[in-house]
Amino acid sequence: MSLNREDVEKLCLLARLEVTPEEMTDVASKLSDIVTLVNQLRTADTTGAVPMAHPLDIAQRLREDKVTESDQHEHYQQNASMVERDLYLVPKVIE
Amino acid sequence: MHEATIAQLAQELKSRKISSQELTKHFLERISRLDEDLNAFITITQNDALAQAKAADARLASGEETPLTGIPIAHKDIFCTKRVKTSCGSRMLDNFISPYDATVVARLKQAGAVMLGKTNMDEFAMGSSNETSFYGPAHNPWDRNTVPGGSSGGSAAAVAARMACGATGTDTGGSIRQPAAFSGVTGVKPTYGRVSRYGIVAFASSLDQAGTLTRTAEDAALMLQIMSGSDELDSTALPNLVPDFCKALKDPWENITIGVPDNFFDKGLDPNNAQLIRDALSVFEKLGATIKEIHLENIHLSVPVYYVVAPAEASSNLSRFDGIRYGYRTEGESSDLAEFYMRTRGEGFGAEVKRRILTGTYVLSAGYYDAYYLQAQKIRQLISQDFARAFEDVDLIAGPTTPTPAFSIGQKINDPIQMYLNDIYTIGAPLAGLPALSTPCGLVNNLPVGLQLIGPHLSEERLLKAAHYFQQETDWHALVPPGYID
Repeated sequence: MSLNREDVEKLCLLARLEVTPEEMTDVASKLSDIVTLVNQLRTADTTGAVPMAHPLDIAQRLREDKVTESDQHEHYQQNASMVERDLYLVPKVIE
Repeated sequence: MHEATIAQLAQELKSRKISSQELTKHFLERISRLDEDLNAFITITQNDALAQAKAADARLASGEETPLTGIPIAHKDIFCTKRVKTSCGSRMLDNFISPYDATVVARLKQAGAVMLGKTNMDEFAMGSSNETSFYGPAHNPWDRNTVPGGSSGGSAAAVAARMACGATGTDTGGSIRQPAAFSGVTGVKPTYGRVSRYGIVAFASSLDQAGTLTRTAEDAALMLQIMSGSDELDSTALPNLVPDFCKALKDPWENITIGVPDNFFDKGLDPNNAQLIRDALSVFEKLGATIKEIHLENIHLSVPVYYVVAPAEASSNLSRFDGIRYGYRTEGESSDLAEFYMRTRGEGFGAEVKRRILTGTYVLSAGYYDAYYLQAQKIRQLISQDFARAFEDVDLIAGPTTPTPAFSIGQKINDPIQMYLNDIYTIGAPLAGLPALSTPCGLVNNLPVGLQLIGPHLSEERLLKAAHYFQQETDWHALVPPGYID
């Protein structure tokens, strides 16, 4: 099963991940190989099988609804590339 | 000093025959001399290590030590380490200084272990050769032209070359066991949920598990004892009490039944590897174990299942890397936020990571979700049931860890499918959440081969004990790569 340039570009948009024109042929070709590999699943007989999201039979643990974190934004923002007045800076979003 | 195991060194430290500072300096010297050719370390924390060693010596003098107090270890660079760079082998986190410690790191620190540094790995744990790292490949000390395995390649190489007494790793599809096999060390992946994942940069959240790379099963038990146990910071960490792994090793041998899947001895398995596995099984028979052939009905689908589930989970987990709050940020102006994200992520991630994110996006996208992701989850259930059924008749499952010994650097990196097929024997255990380990069982052309043991959920005692008894009967785990004795 082959993925073409257009298929890859759609995936790039969904994943917010750029593939350059130079990379495109190789990426499309290798992704196609991977899809061929995983296509083996499509013909397997899974009648009656329940999808398994988690390897052990456990449920989400609950805890008391009380605040346990403290405000450490200065500490955490040390790793941010652009911060001003405690706000993360991003390129323009709204026209 | 680098020849001794953690267990032996713990005795010598306790009796004050050696000090942690001496031991730590010894390993730091080895790293400075040997790592240039191996590239097992991304960051060496020399000053911190010496300070930790000094504190450990004070603790040892006052008699309130643990078996790991003063022992120099390394952490795979996927574990967050406070105030220390945590890169995941990626340009995306090349500038990231973690503001906190992972639970595994905190527990080992509290026990008094000394951190020598952070080890090299495949980028974001995606790989089987340590060749996708932004920092260049790690090399196998047994033959520096070969890979140490991946993704915990740096940890495996560091322990094999005696640059650390032990190291942490993570295993999602085989990333502890496969490098352990290639590098001739003991690698243990516990039951899913046995060890907290808090502070481990997430790859595939339903598969990831932290574990150990050491030279013996006994050393693995010592480290896992400290690392394991419930954690309120990880809701997938099991609340089950951690048994005394080390005591289990000292229990007398009980005859067990070991199941060997006929599926594993297929044409993909190197005949020399196959023979060493059979020889290893004979060792268990001599101990009194019964070997029984079993069949895992759906195991041949484990690679395609994994390469749907893991990339799908990765595509979600890696969406947090957007250049805003931490990590790499594209330079220059972007016309809008979407372009900013695309360029940051396109530039920050390497080729394999991008492939996996795009694969994950594909199998989760509208129109394909049912055919791939949902289908993979159903087959995952079937694979789990196959193991559960097998464990009704056998106590452990044994087989090869890898299809061949270590391959050459550069040999498979341009063929992802060939690379993925390396995981063929290791992928089943994480899909079912089962504990598994690899222990050295021989050499082929002077390259190590690993025997894999898989147990039912929460059976680490049984696994470690079997590996320990095997290591009492054989010497493979004690071999040193040529050139690394001194």
